[in-house]
Amino acid sequence: MMQGNYALQAKDLNIYYGSFRAVKDIELNIHTNKITSFIGPSGCGKSTLLRAFNRMNDLIEISHMKGSIEYKGKNLYDSDVDPVEVRRRIGMVFQKPNPFPKSIYDNIAWGAKINGFRGNMDELVEESLRSAALWDEVKDKLDQSGLSLSGGQQQRLCIARTIAVKPEIILMDEPCSALDPIATLKIEELMRQLQEEYTIVIVTHNMQQAARASDYTAFLNMDSSDRAGYMVEFNETNEMFTSPQNQETEDYITGRFG
Amino acid sequence: MASETMANTIVKTETKEDVARSLAKKMRPRESLIQGFLFICGAISILTTVGIVYELSKEALLFFRDDRVTLVEFFTGSQWQPAIEQFGIAPLVLSTLVTSTIAMFVALPLGLASAIYLSEYASSRVRSILKPVLEILAGVPTVVYGYFALTFMTPLLRNIFGSDVVQIFNTASAGIVVGILIVPLVSSMSEDALHAVPDSLRQASYGLGATKLETAVRVVLPAALSGITAAFVVAISRAIGETMVVAIAAGAGPRNFEWSDVTQNYSGTPFNPFTSAETMTGHIVRISGGDISYNSIDYNSIFAIGLMLFFITLLLNVFSRRIVERFREVYD
Repeated sequence: MMQGNYALQAKDLNIYYGSFRAVKDIELNIHTNKITSFIGPSGCGKSTLLRAFNRMNDLIEISHMKGSIEYKGKNLYDSDVDPVEVRRRIGMVFQKPNPFPKSIYDNIAWGAKINGFRGNMDELVEESLRSAALWDEVKDKLDQSGLSLSGGQQQRLCIARTIAVKPEIILMDEPCSALDPIATLKIEELMRQLQEEYTIVIVTHNMQQAARASDYTAFLNMDSSDRAGYMVEFNETNEMFTSPQNQETEDYITGRFG
Repeated sequence: MASETMANTIVKTETKEDVARSLAKKMRPRESLIQGFLFICGAISILTTVGIVYELSKEALLFFRDDRVTLVEFFTGSQWQPAIEQFGIAPLVLSTLVTSTIAMFVALPLGLASAIYLSEYASSRVRSILKPVLEILAGVPTVVYGYFALTFMTPLLRNIFGSDVVQIFNTASAGIVVGILIVPLVSSMSEDALHAVPDSLRQASYGLGATKLETAVRVVLPAALSGITAAFVVAISRAIGETMVVAIAAGAGPRNFEWSDVTQNYSGTPFNPFTSAETMTGHIVRISGGDISYNSIDYNSIFAIGLMLFFITLLLNVFSRRIVERFREVYD
């Protein structure tokens, strides 16, 4: 593996909610232009870890962290870093599709507008919707509410909205958990297309999804002694699912627990 | 209860009749009793409204039937002087309009800003202190606000604008204090509306790199618009209907004028906020408190004013509902 080809590097990362340590001692590198998935049982801190990458945890009053996350050599948690700027470069797609109660057009345009986009907005909207494989389905009803779409379309709208801001990294927090299998497959195909331009990190409950749609997989589990999540194993997805190094990983991916 | 338990136990050997009996509709007296009670509670509030409208209309009709009153004069006249049988409602309506407008200019920005602060910015500790304080403000009797207007706000205005400009009784002072009076109402209702906006929308906004202000003003606020408009309407109705403060601080006599004054002698009209002017509510409370005889034209006139007040607030309600339907952003 080439050195310096990491989009994000977590070093000695510990995340707390009040005095409770939710995630401990994470050492993890996210490869540029690859899809990395986080798998693990409920409550193991996958989402908490994901949200640390664009400082979404800052919004939770009681959360704080120790350690560092480096982005191009800069620690995102340095005191001179503005979390708003971090989120402009590292976008996020959420578990439940959450389009704004605005028109489809405005859903895309809004993020770009607040980020100071000056170019041709119509073009940007079309381009973003095309990238999210949604253009053909909505091109005739751009003025309708984003909430009039089906769940799968809403989620692709949310992805399009994220793309319109032109981030470098896209974090996805169980983006398919509220979707049916066909919509899920569409999102997975979309991720593969987006991978050429973006680094993608995805949290998933669905092991087949991780196996199908990601290049690297991190398996997290909860330490039964202090209930903190820790990383059991990190490897290329193929390796992880064919010859797991760790007994816990093997038990989890073969469905013996979780 | 024992028999019910028996009936619910499924016996393997039961016949078709047994099944029919056990599935038969049962009388549930407690259910119907409570349902009836709840219906009566709902009906009482509707009946009260109907009763009020009936009583108002009945007495107002007596007034309008009187030979000394014409509808044209009532709506277009600029003099309200029952003693010499002049019944033009404009001086009273315009004074109400002025105090209410001033009140809204105070209450809406302040109330909305504090709602945004409480809902989007304040830490839970600050909120736990500020909310009760606002509620205390809402609990202060309006008569206290009335004297607050007279003994604090009026001298303040006179200091700023000069005591030759600002009269002792004036609509500006009353309006500002009515505005302060309804700030808690606006802020508490607006905060509820803002609070009801799902957190997922805020997350989406922050996830796109929006700042706190952009999130609050351009995502949360539009999504809460219908609730906020409802708050505004209740607040306007409250400002129009507010009585004690205007009765004490705005003046005890209609500001009669000539229509030509509006362009030529502005300061002599109710539009001048620094002169005394009696509002609709202020007039009603003064006349009904005085010794006028039942069924006299003076007495009946206050019901006509009351009816007018009722229609103004009703109109506002209908109008704002229309607006809300048009502009609200529906989430979920």
